[in-house]
Formats: sequence, structure tokens, C-alpha cells
Amino acid sequence: MLTVGLTHFLVVSGVLFAFGIYGIITRKNAVMVLMGVELILNSANINFIAFSRFGNFGLSGQIIALFVIVLAAAEAAIALAIVLNIYKTFSNVNVDEISNLKE
Amino acid sequence: MTESLLVNLSIITLFLPLLGFAVVIFTGKKLPKIYLFELAIMGAALIISCTMAFAKLSYFSSRDIIASLSWFKFQNVPGIGAIDFEIGVKIDNITVLMLIVVTLISFLVHLYSVEYMKGDKRYNRYFAYLGIFTFSMLGIVITHNLLMMYIFWELVGLSSYLLIGFWFEKKSASDASKKAFIVNRVGDIGMFAGILILFTNYRTFTFDKIFEQIAMGHLPFNSPAWLTAAGILVFMGAVGKSAQFPLHVWLPDAMEGPTPVSALIHAATMVAAGVYLVVRIFAMLTADAMLVIAVIGAFTSFIAATIAITQNDIKKVLAYSTVSQLGYMIMSLGVGAYAFAFFHLVTHAFFKASLFLGSGSVIHAMHHEQDIRKMGGLRKKLPLTYYTFLISTLAISGVPLTSGFLSKDGILAGTLAFGKLTGHWLIPAFGFTVALMTAFYMFRLVILTFHGEPRDEHKYEHAHESPFVMVAPLVLLAALSVFIWYTPNPIGADQGWFLSKWIKTPHTVVPQEMRFNFMKTEELKTAENEAAVNHTESSHGEIIHSEMYAEAMHQAHYPAMFLSLGVAGLGILFAFLMYHWRKINADTLAEKLRPLHYFSQNKWFIDELYQATWIAGTLALSKMLAWFDNRIIDGAVNGTAWVTKAVSKASGLFDTYVVDGFVNFTAFISGFIGLNFRKLQTGKVQTYVAFIILAIMILVLVFRPYIMVIK
Repeated sequence: MLTVGLTHFLVVSGVLFAFGIYGIITRKNAVMVLMGVELILNSANINFIAFSRFGNFGLSGQIIALFVIVLAAAEAAIALAIVLNIYKTFSNVNVDEISNLKE
Repeated sequence: MTESLLVNLSIITLFLPLLGFAVVIFTGKKLPKIYLFELAIMGAALIISCTMAFAKLSYFSSRDIIASLSWFKFQNVPGIGAIDFEIGVKIDNITVLMLIVVTLISFLVHLYSVEYMKGDKRYNRYFAYLGIFTFSMLGIVITHNLLMMYIFWELVGLSSYLLIGFWFEKKSASDASKKAFIVNRVGDIGMFAGILILFTNYRTFTFDKIFEQIAMGHLPFNSPAWLTAAGILVFMGAVGKSAQFPLHVWLPDAMEGPTPVSALIHAATMVAAGVYLVVRIFAMLTADAMLVIAVIGAFTSFIAATIAITQNDIKKVLAYSTVSQLGYMIMSLGVGAYAFAFFHLVTHAFFKASLFLGSGSVIHAMHHEQDIRKMGGLRKKLPLTYYTFLISTLAISGVPLTSGFLSKDGILAGTLAFGKLTGHWLIPAFGFTVALMTAFYMFRLVILTFHGEPRDEHKYEHAHESPFVMVAPLVLLAALSVFIWYTPNPIGADQGWFLSKWIKTPHTVVPQEMRFNFMKTEELKTAENEAAVNHTESSHGEIIHSEMYAEAMHQAHYPAMFLSLGVAGLGILFAFLMYHWRKINADTLAEKLRPLHYFSQNKWFIDELYQATWIAGTLALSKMLAWFDNRIIDGAVNGTAWVTKAVSKASGLFDTYVVDGFVNFTAFISGFIGLNFRKLQTGKVQTYVAFIILAIMILVLVFRPYIMVIK
């Protein structure tokens, strides 16, 4: 009988994190990059909650997860605003075409 | 007339010719008729000398006047103490007589030159040189120490150089002046060494102080040999200046100078200086030194006489006769006939000056023709020159009633006495042979020049008697070649005022065992010695001429006189037979005695000998040194340069390739790294993120052991 334990959660969280990273690195569209960031944040949330369930840290993990959700909402708002400004400046939101940092 | 006045007069006489020199040298050609000024100066010097001589010989005849002052002082010489260098004058009878001879002949030569040198482009400068020549000689005459003697000695050398090379445009004249100067230096080295020996031991240059110390038994380096050496070395100076064998070679060449200069050099100044030097140091000559001097003198007179026989240049004959007569004087000093040596110096000065000025007159008349083979018959054209020349020739040949007869006779008597007392018979033998030859070649000269038929008609036609200023000196000098000025007795000068009153042989200071036997004196008894010291007349203690020598001289007087008369007569007879009556053909005789004639005509090949030995040796040595300089010294310098160059090249290569290479390599590395790392900076955020993640993964891998594992 398979019991879902900490390891499973961590694996799911790790996979999710890897997808997030993959999304950040490979997607051209800035919005898609933001979505990768959301994935990473959520993989972190899974970690927090899993440790909160299986560790003996009390409820701190769950509370921090709530904080992260709030932060993610704020981050999404700000980041989308940035993307809009980028669009205004460069007329597109393709991350690999915006390489002004090179200079 | 006091002693200090005499000293002042002598100094004035000394500086008058120098004044003449300075005025002409500094005003140059600006002053016309400068010779009048020169004549006035020399005339003044002559008058002062005569006055001095009169005063000295009349009032201070037995006293030497010495005045000196300290020139400079070394207060503290390490190991020696104080040394005082003195300058001063010594006026004795010899000095004043010599002063008259020098100033008189110098004056006459000045007078003569006014006409003889007329038209020369360096007319004024000629008189300047005559002035400094006279000045130098007067300095030698009046000085009382060896240092000043040496200084003026060198000045004579310098001025003779200037005068012999006066016509320096002629190669032969400039060569002759250099030869005279260099040959004289050879003798002067010896003189210098001799002076140094004396100075090292006695700490003074003054003659009388040196003699005083020798008389007290203080010998140089405590050895009699060194005293002999000092005498011979100082005598070497005289060998150079008085043209003694082996340094006589300069004198005949010195004929390249103007003829009045030859008269001055040969009669009164330069060559007399050597004899005068030996006269001055006579008191300190040891027996060995005197023998050397006598032998050199005798040999010189012999060589020169043999050469004079075959010369054809009128001045060359006279030049060799001068060398020969100087040999006589030196020989006379060597055999101890001191007074006669000085007597001969004076008489020779007059008749030789007369002969030279006479030859100048002939040359002047013949338009600078000097070869006697082209003359002849000049008696009619130049009567005054002829008679004065004849009188001087009689004097030099030793014919009675002339001064030369007296002095030569005395010298020959001296050599005879010397031969008898010491057994050196070769010296009188040389003496009489030379007397024979002298009479012969002098009459050969007179006959060929003045007698017979003219051999060059053209020049004979144009010949004319010289003007008054040239003839007047001849007449005066010829007059002075007569016996009456020196002694009332025409056959013996011993009792005349010149030898009995004026010239006193100095007292030798050499220790008894180093004198000739005949010069040794009896040891005086103490009481007599003290008496002698108190007595001014003989305060010097010992006398040089022992009874023995005086006796021998006296005995030798008549034999010497008759013998010398005989040889002189014989010489004159031969000369007339060969050249006047032509009973003996000179050419066939020369052909018969071919080797001897050849040897004599080429001057014994002494010049050639020097050419082959000294000159060639010096040249070879110089060449060797030049080679050494070129190859070794320059080679070393060049080698150093080459090494330096090579080192700098290597250093340059090191700089270019190693140091610069290192710097360039560093730059290259930085550039390379920068170029490659530039590629990492893509400006794309995603790349950076990928790198960050890669880096984190690497860090985690690397630091895995240190990560705390939560249990």
C-alpha cells in the first residue's frame, strides 16, 4: 500500500521547479517567463506545506505559503506592468530580442 | 768704484741686450732703423764692460767679488730641512775679460750685420735674436751658480736654434738648427745629471760653496768615483756646446746660419760657453776626469783638423778649424794648463771672429758663393779683407808676433809637460800634428781664396770691397790678433800682464790622492797653514801648480816653441808648394791617398754612423712603437668597443624579445581572455539566469560535503 510521504511532495515540487526554470530559460515571450516564475513560486509553496505537514515546525510553513501567494499576486501585478512598459518601448515582448544589457 | 757698483754694472750689462731684444720683439717692424738702437745698446754694454774690466783688474785684481741673494727658499723639505736657492753674480778676472770678449765681438757682429743683412725681410728680428743670444751668453759669464748657469745654458741653446735656422725657408737651415738643438740636448742631459749629483750632496748650486765642501773632504756619496763622475757629466754639457767629439756634428751644419752669426757662435758665445763651463768647474776636476777631458779634446782637435784639410766650402773649413781649436782649449784644460786654455779662448775669439767676418765679406763680395774652388785672386779686389784675413790666419797657424802663437805655444808646452810627467805622450803628439795640419789647411784656404788667378771670371769681375761698417770690425779684430795686447814679450806670454797678473789658476779642491802626481801639494805645517789662512793673498790654502809642473812647463817652453814653429812652417810650406807654386799636384796626391782623402772628405763618416745607428735606431723604435700603438693599444680600445657593442646588442635582444615579449604576452593573454569572455555577455537575461543556475549547481556540487544536513 503506497503511502504518500514527504519524498513524493519534494519530487513533485522539484519537477515543478525544473519546469519553472525551463520555462524561464526557454520561452521567448516575457509573459511565459512570468508564468515560469509562478511555477517556481508554487513549487516553493509545496515545499513549505510539505515540511509543515511532515516536520515539527508548527504552522509557520503554511503561513509563509500564504505570504508567498500574496507576494506572487503583487509580483504578477508589477511584472505585468513592466512587461507592458517593455512593450511600449520595444514594440514587442520577446525576451531574446531585448539585449540592451549587452551594452 | 766700489764692489757693489761693479755688481750693479754687471747686471746692467747683462740686461741691456735683453732690453734690445724686448724692444724689437714688441715693436716689430714698426720702428725704422732699429739697428741704431741695438748698436747703441751693445756699445753701451761694451763700454760698461771695459770700465768694469779696468776697475776690476786695477783695483780688485786679487779679489773675487760675489754678490748673491736668496731666490726662493724651501723652509721644510722632508728629510732634508731648509734649502736655499741663490742667484748671484761672481765677478773675477775671468768674468770681466770674458765680458769684454762677448760684448766686443757682439758689438762688432751687430755693426757688421747692419750691412751684411741689409735687405733681409726679417732684418729687425735678426737683431732681436742677436740680442737674446748675447744676453744668454752674458748670463753664463757672470753667474755664480750652476742653476743659473744651466738656465742661461739652455737660453744659449734656444737662441742658437733661432739664429742657425734664421733662414728657415731653406730646408738645410731648418735641419741644421734642429740638429744643433738636439745634439746639444744630448750633452745637456749629462750636465743636468752632473748638477743633480752635486746638488743632492751639497744642497747648493753655488760653485764656491760646492768647492768649499769638497775641500773639507765631503765627497759626493762619500766616494771619489762619484766626484769624477760629476766632473765628467758636467763636462758633457761642454762636449755638446763646445762641439767636442762625439757631439761635434752640429757645428759644421750650423754654417747654414748667416755668416755674422757663425762668427758670434764660433768666437764669443756658444762654443766659448762650453770651455767657460770647464774653466768654472776646473777646481773640482779629479785626475781621471781631467784625463778624459784631455783625451776628448786632443781627439776632437785631431779629427776636426783632418776633416778641415779636404773641405771646399770656405765656411766649412773655418767651422772645422773652430772645432779643432776648441779641442785645443779643452785638451789644455785637461792637461792642467788652465791659464793658457783661457788665454787661447780669448785670442781665438778675436782671430776666429775676424776669419768668419772676413769669410762673410768674401761671400758678400762673391754674391753668396762659398766654394773656394771658384774663388782665387781676390787679393786685388778685396785688399782690406785679404790683409785682415791673412793676419788672423797667421795667428791661428801659430806664427810668431801673433796672439795665436803665444796661446798655442803655451798649450803645446802644457801638453809636453803633461806627457813628460804622466807618460801620456799621445796627447802632445796629437797637439803638434794638429798644429801642422792647422797651418796647412788655413793657408790652403788663403791661397785658394785670395792668391793665384780668378777661377770664376764672371763673379770676380763683380767682386768689390765691402763697405766701411763691414771692414772696420775686421781691422779691429785683426789688430787684436797681435801679441802686443797681451804681453810685451812676443815669444813668451808667461810674464805678460794677461797671464801673470790677470789670470790666476784656481786652487784645486780635490783630495790629494785623486790628483795627478804633479798636482799634489806638500802638506803644510800647521803654523804655516794658519799663517796662510790669515794672509789674504793665499787664503785658499793650496796651490794647483806644484813646483814640478811649473818646472816642467818652463822646460817645455822652448822645445814646444821651436817644435810648433817647425810644424807651422812645415804646414805653410806644404800649402804653398801645393796650391801656390803648384810643385806638388794636390789632385794626384789625393788620388794616391785615395782612401784617406775619401775618409776625410766625408768627415770620418760620423754623420753616416749616427744616421745608421741613432737615427735609424730611433726611427725603427718609433715605428715599432707606432705599430704597438696601432695594433695593441688601438686594438685593445677597439676590442673593448667591440665587446661593449656585442653586450649592448645582446642586451637589446633580451629587451626586445624577453622583456617586451613578456609584456606583449601579458597583453595578449588579457586580450584573449577578454575576447572569449565577451561572448558570455549576451545581454539576454535568460542566458544569465541559465549561468546562475549552472553556477549554483556547480557550487552545490563542489561544497556538498559542507552542507548541513538536517536530520
